[in-house]
This record gives sequence, C-alpha cells and structure tokens, in this order.
Amino acid sequence: MITFAELCEQMYAVTSAWGLPWLVPTLVVMGVVVGVIIAYISVASMFMIWWERKISAHIQVRFGPMRVGGWHGWAQSIADGIKLLLKEDIIPARADKVVFVLAPMVVFAAALAGYVTIPWAPGLIVKDLNIGLLYMVAISSLTVVGIIMAGWSSNNKYATLGAMRSAAQAVSYEVPLVLSLLGPVMLAGTMSMGQLVEAQGGTWFGFLPRWFVFPQVVAFLVYFTCALAECNRLPFDIPEAESELVAGFHVEYSGMRFAIFFLAEYANMFAVAAIATTIFLGGWRGPWLPIPGLPAEVARGLFGLVWFQVKCYFLIFVMMWLRWTLNRMRVDQLMDFAWKVLLPIAFANLIVTGLVLALWK
Amino acid sequence: MGAPRRRVRGAESDILMDTTNLPIPIGTTVMIEHAGETMEEMYVNMGPQHPSTHGVLRLLLKLDGEVITDCIPYIGYLHRCHEKIAENRTYPQVVPYTDRLDYLASMSMNFGYVLTVERLMGQQVPARAEHMRVILAELQRIASHLLWLGTFGLDLGNFTIFIYCFREREMILDLFEAVSGQRLNYSFYRIGGMAFDFPDGWLDNCRAFLEWFKPRIPEYDALVTDNILFQKRIQGIGVIDAKSAVDWGLSGPMLRASGLKWDLRRNDPYSIYDRFDFAIPVFDTCDVWARFLVRRQEMLESVKIIEQALDQLPSGEITAKMPKTIKPPAGQVYVRTESPRGELGFYLVSDGTPKPYRYKVRSPAFCNLSALPVMMKGCLVADSVAILGSIDIVLGEIDR
Repeated sequence: MITFAELCEQMYAVTSAWGLPWLVPTLVVMGVVVGVIIAYISVASMFMIWWERKISAHIQVRFGPMRVGGWHGWAQSIADGIKLLLKEDIIPARADKVVFVLAPMVVFAAALAGYVTIPWAPGLIVKDLNIGLLYMVAISSLTVVGIIMAGWSSNNKYATLGAMRSAAQAVSYEVPLVLSLLGPVMLAGTMSMGQLVEAQGGTWFGFLPRWFVFPQVVAFLVYFTCALAECNRLPFDIPEAESELVAGFHVEYSGMRFAIFFLAEYANMFAVAAIATTIFLGGWRGPWLPIPGLPAEVARGLFGLVWFQVKCYFLIFVMMWLRWTLNRMRVDQLMDFAWKVLLPIAFANLIVTGLVLALWK
Repeated sequence: MGAPRRRVRGAESDILMDTTNLPIPIGTTVMIEHAGETMEEMYVNMGPQHPSTHGVLRLLLKLDGEVITDCIPYIGYLHRCHEKIAENRTYPQVVPYTDRLDYLASMSMNFGYVLTVERLMGQQVPARAEHMRVILAELQRIASHLLWLGTFGLDLGNFTIFIYCFREREMILDLFEAVSGQRLNYSFYRIGGMAFDFPDGWLDNCRAFLEWFKPRIPEYDALVTDNILFQKRIQGIGVIDAKSAVDWGLSGPMLRASGLKWDLRRNDPYSIYDRFDFAIPVFDTCDVWARFLVRRQEMLESVKIIEQALDQLPSGEITAKMPKTIKPPAGQVYVRTESPRGELGFYLVSDGTPKPYRYKVRSPAFCNLSALPVMMKGCLVADSVAILGSIDIVLGEIDR
C-alpha cells in the first residue's frame, strides 16, 4: 500500500531527474503539508468552538448560537473570527513588545508542531518518527513557554500569576502524563506512532478489539486527566481562571493575538485527543467496508480517516462535557493531585505492566 | 476608611482613595527582606472591575506567591447618599429608594422599611396584607439565594449551576412581575398595606412554581453539593468561629453557619412569622461549606413558609385606613428584619413632620463584609473569590 512517505520519495525522484536541487521539492512538500494542517486546525477549531458552545448550551438548557448562518448558528465561529481579525491590536504601553508579539506564535507553533506525528489514516502521517510519541509529548509541552512569555511580557499581575500557575501545572502534570504513556509503549515495544497503531490490530479473546485501553485502562485515565491539565481545561483551568485571574495569562491580549491563543487551545485539545486515540483507542482502526469502485486499500484508508476523527471528537466531547459539569480545582489541590495521586498510580501501572510482561514472555 | 474623596497626585496609581490612615502606601513599592534577598511585595488590586467582586467592590490583596497575607476592602463606589436623600423625602417617597438598597431582594428591603414606619406610627396592617408580605418576602429570599448559588458556582468555575439557578429565579421574577409590574425594583409594599392585591390566578401560579422548585434542589445537589471537587474546594476555608462572628456583628446565614441559631424571624418575630412552622438551618463548621449548606436549606424552609401562608391566606382588605399625609408622631424606632443577607435594621427618628428627621440603615452585607479580612488571611487567591462569594454581598446595600 502506498504511504505518504513513499509518495514524497517518488516526487523527490521525479524532481531530481529534472535536475532541480533536493531543497526545492522538500520545501514544496513542507509548504503543502503545513498549509493543509493549518487549514485543518482552523476549520476544526472553528467547528470545535461552535460545537462547544452548542454542547454547553444544551447542558445548560439553552440553545446556544442560533442566528448566524441560518442552521443552528453554524457560521457563528466564522463571524467571531472575522470580528477578531478586524479588532484593534492593542499592545500595552509597558509591555515587553517583542516577547508580547512572539508569545502567541510560540504557543501556536508548539500546538502545530505536534501534528507532524499524528497518524490520520493508514500510511497518512507527515513523518512517522521512530520516537514519534516522545517527540509529540516533548513538543506539546513547549506550549507552556509561550504561556510564560505571554504572562511575563504583559506586565500585568494577573497575567503573571496565571503564567506562574501554568508553569507549575505543566511541570507537575508532564511527569504522570509521560509515565502513563510508557505502559502502552512497553506493550507495543515501539514509540513510533504508526507502529503503535499497527500493534493494536486483532482482538483480545476473540471479541474485544486489541486496543491498549483495555489492558491499560489505568494509564488511559491518568493520561486523560493529565491531558485535561495540559490543555488548561476545566477542572484544571487555573492558569486562566476567569473568576480569580480575570483571564490569566492572556488578559492583555486582544484581537487576532487573542484569537491565536484561542485557536491554539483547541488545536491542543485535538492533539491530546489524537494521542489518546492513537495510543489507547486503536488509532484509525475500526470496521470498514469495501467501497464499490475503489481499491480496498483506499476504502480502508477512508474508513480509517473517519474512524480516527470519530474517536478524537468523542474524546473532545468528553472534555467539553467535563468542563461544563465540574468546577475548578484550587492550586494546591491541583499540585497534590498530580504528585500524590496521579504520579503513584502511573508508577504502579508502569511496574505492574513491566512485571506482567516479564513473567508472561 | 477608603471613601473615594480625592485623587492622589504624583503616585504611580491614580486610584481614588483617602490615603490618610492607610496601612499600605498606595503606588509606592514596598521592599521586603526575604531569604537574604530584597524583593518587591506584591499587591494585587482585585476590582472594582473584576468578574468576581459582585459589583464595584475593590479588594487590595497583599500576596506572598499565591497566599494572601492581607486583604483590605475598599467600598464607596456605589455611594449615593441614600440616608441623606431620605431625610428630604416624605415617608412613602422613601420606599422606592429602599428598592435600590439590596437590589436583589427589593421586597425584603421594602418590607423592613414599611414595618419601621408602621411601628413608629403604631399602625396595624390587615391580615391579608401581612400574608402577602410574608409570601413575597420568602419568594424573594428564594430568588436571592438562587442568584447567590448561581454566582457562587460561577466563582468556582461551574457555569452550569448558574444557568439552572437563573431559570428558577426567572420564574420568581415572572411572579413578581405579575404582582407589581416590575422585575427588580418592585416598590410594592406600602405603609399600612400593599399596593395591589394578587392578580387572578397568581396563587395557582405560585403553587405551581413551588411544586416545580422543590425537586430542583436535589438537581442542584447532583451538580454541586454532592460533587467532591466542589466540596473540597470550599471546606475549611474562610473560617470564622462563633465568638468572632458575634464580635464582628455578622448576621443571617453567616452567623448560622458559625453554629449560632439566630434568626430574627424566630428570635424577634415581626409581622406574622410566629404563626409559621419552619426550621432554622444551623451548621457549625464555620466555613464556606457551612454557609453554602445554610442557604441551600433555607430555600426549602422558605418554601414551607410560603405554602403555609398560601394555605392560611385570608380574604379582605389589603390596606389599612391611612391618613392622607403620613406624619408619624415624634419619636424614634429601630426595627430589624431578617433579609436574605442577615439583620436588616432601619432606624428612624421622627419630629412629627411628613419627612424623617434621621434615617439610618443597618446593612447586613456591610457588617458581613467587614469580617472579610479576618477570613481571608492565609488563604489562597483562589479561595478569595469563594470566601467573598460566601458572604453574599450586594454593593447597593453596602455603599448606600
């Protein structure tokens, strides 16, 4: 079956036959890939924002957006985006201008970079790094650098407090997050995102899909909790707790810069959901049917694409559901929870997994 | 302390305030020694424009990291000479001003004021009017507590409870609108009775609301009360023991949450509250959690009172025979009622003219707020909004 990487190889071969330097096709591929991913993030984020407003509204016996665009206010996010684009871009007089301008870019870049190793469908992955998972976890934790930059450069006490909270939170939750991911990695014996999905083929006991969520349910729960904290979602949204810190680190941002923070938040949500889907829920795996007139490989790929999205958006739905049901935790409770509850659980899971693997094989 | 009178020039901040007896010089940087290093002390201005100060309250928080080492509330942003205005109005003309005191419980404010004038005059009120007063005041208590519960949820980051509470509050406001034509400032109580009788079908609507409302409390419980995150968030913070509570002059749910069974409807009965059977919820953990439980329980008790009052509602006049001009005899009176926030006292001095000689309001929220620094010390920034929310302040009443 043809993969994205093979497609690129063929293109490189063609262009080098034309005598073009190797750099040109690489840049073309990079440009196209980044364009596609940014387009996907924008559309998906806009959809998620609208969807979240709808979900929250229905949880709260409201309708949510109903006017813009006609059908259930589907164009609300587009209207909001245009409004934010047209807004005045305010940089506070005593802010550190360079850092202030860079901060949203860093946050968004970190969110974007994680998309490189997401296996969308069989063979459809930008770069199947052999340390894909490690790369993704590492790059997504760069977000906090941008948040600290934003909080510090705003020269605002609320923003600074928010940034400090964010730093503490990110550092604390990274540890159990990575440890929880190690369980499935031990089972699969690889860190490549593509091979992790491959390892989840088949069934347990003949009926249960061979997803790692079943043997690693503890790890999954720990990961999901940490992922919520990574995305600054309720009940872990203390860096931007609006009732205490007004808006936290992005309190001084307006217009498009604020929109980029917003976009990055939703991009991050999708990224952590994509990791969870890949590692625990079998990635693009799912039942598929041959589509008449299409090769089986393509049909399977299309089904895989859909399955991956369905699983991701299900997890995102759960995140939104939690957000509109729970209340915020306190800073000290948050730290206690990470270090005293999640970390021991993650370690225990790791040890048990190791023991089972050592004794079984 | 802290009435905004003059603008401080030459200082870094241009915050309106009186700096004469301020413990911390505003706008200057305070350097402290900490762990062998000289560093700047951190002050955070919370409010007057802040989502969680429930109006135009300003808190100056002195922080050590996330821990609050000192808290100074500054009030006066909503001052409007309420008491002085009343001295230049006739007695009935003051009623609409009392609406603006606690604008979330206007019925209770009206109630307290007309009761005061009536006691000054020695005026009796027809039985039907008394029942109407109790029904409306207790509905108002539910509405006020609902709004409190909703905004308290907002403070803790739970948006959903806010909308749920507003749904039910909206129904009460509809009932009030049907009675008085207003949704917020009713001015419905008159000296000597009520403005109008209940409209046709109102009693059925009221009963229907009570039937709708009773199962809602378990619904809220499922969302917040039984939620472990919610409990952990508010247990053990903002503690004020019974003795301090009395010393600081706390009243209402704040006092009952400190373990004192003190409710003016029972301890100093006014109107016809001695005829009803209701419990006074008391919790003795003295923290925000206790205040939450007290208010939650009080809503149910108010439902009981309303049901009894509806059952007993007599027919007849709604206004006593009143003179054209209300001229209470010279004298003074202090009448206290149990508003949703605590002891609401009106002090009136009459010199026999149609206008009060002196008029003073003892505002429950003001006294409750004064204890805020005691409760805040040593708490985290995140707790500050929960503690402030648990006091249930209304700035219209505090600043008057």
